[in-house]
Amino acid sequence: MLDLVTDRPCATEPSLAQTGPLIAARGLCKSYDRRRMILDGVDLEIAAGERVALIGSNGSGKSTLLKSLIGLHPISGGTLHCFGDPVDARGSRKQRLAMRRQTGFVFQKHCLVRRRTVLSNVIHGLFGDAGSWRAFSHALAPPEWRDRAMQALAEVDLADKALERADALSGGQQQRVAIARALVRRPRLLIADEPAASLDPVSGRNVMELFTQLCRDHGITLLYTSHDMAHAVDYADRIVALKGGRVLFDRPAAQVTRADLKDTFDG
Amino acid sequence: MADRRLEAPGRFTGFSPLNFALLVGLGAVVLASMGKVAPSPQQLADGVPGMVNLVGRMLPPNTEPAFLARIGLRILETFQIALVGAAIGIVLSLPIAWCAARGVSPLGRGNVVVKAFVSFLRTVPDLVWALIFVASIGLGAVAGTMTIMVDTIGFCGRFFAEAMEDAEKEPQEALSAIGAGRGSILVGAILPDIMPSLINSSLFALEKAVRSSVVLGLVGAGGIGQELKVAFDLFQYRNASMIILAIFAIVLLMELCTDKLRARIQ
Repeated sequence: MLDLVTDRPCATEPSLAQTGPLIAARGLCKSYDRRRMILDGVDLEIAAGERVALIGSNGSGKSTLLKSLIGLHPISGGTLHCFGDPVDARGSRKQRLAMRRQTGFVFQKHCLVRRRTVLSNVIHGLFGDAGSWRAFSHALAPPEWRDRAMQALAEVDLADKALERADALSGGQQQRVAIARALVRRPRLLIADEPAASLDPVSGRNVMELFTQLCRDHGITLLYTSHDMAHAVDYADRIVALKGGRVLFDRPAAQVTRADLKDTFDG
Repeated sequence: MADRRLEAPGRFTGFSPLNFALLVGLGAVVLASMGKVAPSPQQLADGVPGMVNLVGRMLPPNTEPAFLARIGLRILETFQIALVGAAIGIVLSLPIAWCAARGVSPLGRGNVVVKAFVSFLRTVPDLVWALIFVASIGLGAVAGTMTIMVDTIGFCGRFFAEAMEDAEKEPQEALSAIGAGRGSILVGAILPDIMPSLINSSLFALEKAVRSSVVLGLVGAGGIGQELKVAFDLFQYRNASMIILAIFAIVLLMELCTDKLRARIQ
């Protein structure tokens, strides 16, 4: 398997000040209307290299938490540190963008640009780097970026589809392209919001195996949400359950019991 | 006894007295206006002989080679005015539309100012722009090109901005999540998504530019319109009919070409 991270030094090596947890949230709160709290005092710490599954029923705050962690949704209260730097509404836009550039994000609906080629979509993962306008299309990208994108596509076994339009691929293939796009920048943290939810059971399992394998190979920290308990138990080191915007439990995957899961999903 | 639940509802249930009053008012305004400005049957009957006489003097159209050559050059100039004006206008419309589009604009809520500017460009008729540019730049094709450019920005600025507002949100969020800036989101997610709509609007703008450019000459802004005005001013009706046929040919040709391109894109 081609190696994404060893051919070049990672552009985002942790600084000396960043030796603590990758993510540290204390009493995190989020409300969209100042009345109903979607996140209500969430404490969460994730160390480098961990694989953490976030579970909970619909409306428990999983997606909001993921988006708040990278500043897509500004937090309403509490403290949040990502890669050692504080993330809050007062932080500069430049700071938030710099933090996001160390993160890969995979959505439930792969969110590819339908009309572009698979290769161009993967190169889009390099937007934000210096001279990033060249990430607009694979035709404009520097040779080094094209090589990195092709390596990422080879990692997800889609190198032969590089010049096909994104919307010509199946749902499972599109999700693998989204994974390649998230990995092409060699992030320190990969966040995935129900990455297998829109796929059939076999494709979903394949995507989860690919995810965890690539993260293990490259030492990338993985945080993902799932409604499928098998995906949470089989692929995570740790499971964090959310209920009503609060952490219900946070323990190693091997120690999670049926009773825990029942508590999580019972009304 | 018949079941009341099975009775058909009234015919005009959605027609309130207020709607009825508004409709009657509108009808009264139209009728009053017709009395002032619409042609009366007598006026129409009196105008027919004049029209027949004019058409008779227009036939046959002038086909002298020297005249046709002069018209050919003017047609070429008209087409150049339309093409260059529309091309510059379309290119300038992109950044203007980006600044005007709600939820996408780098100016945030300042987008309304740009939107108002685009509305202003669109509201002023092209002949008025032509008069302004003829007065400021002088007679000739450059004033025509500037007019088409401004007119195109007014047209494309609006449609490009609306397309940007309606672009798919998910790819934009995906790029935002990995640290892409607003410019990167524009070129990476928005423009590829709305490209068919941009091309469609641009083709309509080109069609519109060709139609506009033929009349700009009436106020001295270059092109075939200038020849038409001279022909009518000098009562050279055979020349005028040839020019009208040439205008019809160029507009028809442009519509056929843009229709074909549009069909290909879809």
